[in-house]
Amino acid sequence: MSLTEPFRLLAFLLGTLAFVGFNAAYLVLVERKGAARIQRRPGPTEVGYAGLLQPIADGIKLLSKQLIVPPGADATLFRVAPVLVLAPALMCLATIPFGESLVARNINVGLVMVFAFGSINVMAIMLGGWASRNKYAIISAARIVSQDVAYEIPMLLVVITLLMITGTMDLQEIVRQQAGGFWNWNLFRLSANPLMPVTFVIFYICMLAETNRAPFDMAEAESELVAGAFTEYAGMGFGVFFMAEYANIVVGCCVATLLFLGGWQSPIGLWPGVFWFLVKMYALVFSVIWIRWTFPRTQFYNLLNLSWKILIPVSLFILLLSAVMIKIFRV
Amino acid sequence: MKNSLGEIVRGFTSLLTGMRVTLAQSFKPTVTVHYPHESLKMPARFRGHIELVRDPETGQSLCIACKSCEKACPSNCLFVEGLKREGEKRKSPTQFSLDFTKCSLCGSCVEVCPTDALRFTRNYNLAGTDKSAFLYDLLKRLQTEGR
Repeated sequence: MSLTEPFRLLAFLLGTLAFVGFNAAYLVLVERKGAARIQRRPGPTEVGYAGLLQPIADGIKLLSKQLIVPPGADATLFRVAPVLVLAPALMCLATIPFGESLVARNINVGLVMVFAFGSINVMAIMLGGWASRNKYAIISAARIVSQDVAYEIPMLLVVITLLMITGTMDLQEIVRQQAGGFWNWNLFRLSANPLMPVTFVIFYICMLAETNRAPFDMAEAESELVAGAFTEYAGMGFGVFFMAEYANIVVGCCVATLLFLGGWQSPIGLWPGVFWFLVKMYALVFSVIWIRWTFPRTQFYNLLNLSWKILIPVSLFILLLSAVMIKIFRV
Repeated sequence: MKNSLGEIVRGFTSLLTGMRVTLAQSFKPTVTVHYPHESLKMPARFRGHIELVRDPETGQSLCIACKSCEKACPSNCLFVEGLKREGEKRKSPTQFSLDFTKCSLCGSCVEVCPTDALRFTRNYNLAGTDKSAFLYDLLKRLQTEGR
């Protein structure tokens, strides 16, 4: 370890924190603006030029509110839960390569680490709901668990398919294999498996469900229910959950970009760099927002049916198909 | 098997259609009027609270204090008093007040008026901190607005 290593890590820590904070704050604005555009409204316009300072105003408002712990609630767990939701997203970003050399810590099992920390999110929301001592929060927390468990399975099956094709869990190596142009991306790697685009769609749907986004957000259902598992949270406790939602979307879109869309590789084979990674990642983030304001919320039974009756069988079939193709063509 | 696969494909294409619709909508111009900064012009038949019409010749009200409006009002929100001044052929109002808290904007007063001395305003920006803000002295309103 060289002398500069601690400084490098500190720089990455600060960078990651700033990146997540900035994204969480400004994606809320992008979401509101996006929703407004789709509904032919202008969205926030009053705070700053074109509403650009709105997230800061929202943040100040949330910070100035009292953090109320409901009587009889488990105060420690209640306070820890928001942190536990946000922290895994930050951890995941440590191993995500933004560019050829721009990664906090590249490890050869980076993909496993991302999914391991991604799963903590579920437990933290459940803790939050449980510690609130509120029946609505507990019911909603139970729903979140069954939803996320149901969607973890097809997601991991899809990722295993991808791992069999790439043969590595090193995220940088996975991206390096996709160099050259968009026809080399895993999304279009039809020689390995003709159903690769379907794989991407399954991954994307699972990512929406894992991050509890519309149309799979009946756990929170802000337009009908109170706030699901976050019912009892006030002020910045709720704010952190809110930030975590967007941080998790960013992490999910980062992973989707790395696994399927060639990470920092250029789609036309020219000038690979961080720029392309951000373009692809934010395009995915935009599509997440677009989907939220297009589709109504699904029913809970339909949500589970979609996972157990469609996504899991299809992803199992894709897994078997790619296994067979690897056996036949690559012996 | 074949049916359910077809269902998945049909469902997926319908989702894409929905996304195309919302994307197309998002490129159309917004329809919002930024209310405090700009406001819509009220249509000609909008019913705000009533006001007295000015006689273009004399600059005074057309009202002859006949009290038909007072009688016609179903919620008793008009109070009219008048007297016959020297050298005038008709009576003229000395008091014409409206309790807008009771008014239901039915328009009976406007309809019944024999000299067409009443009309609706297009005033909708009404707010007050107590009830007395909505007790309008329409005669005074006519006089102060003239200047």
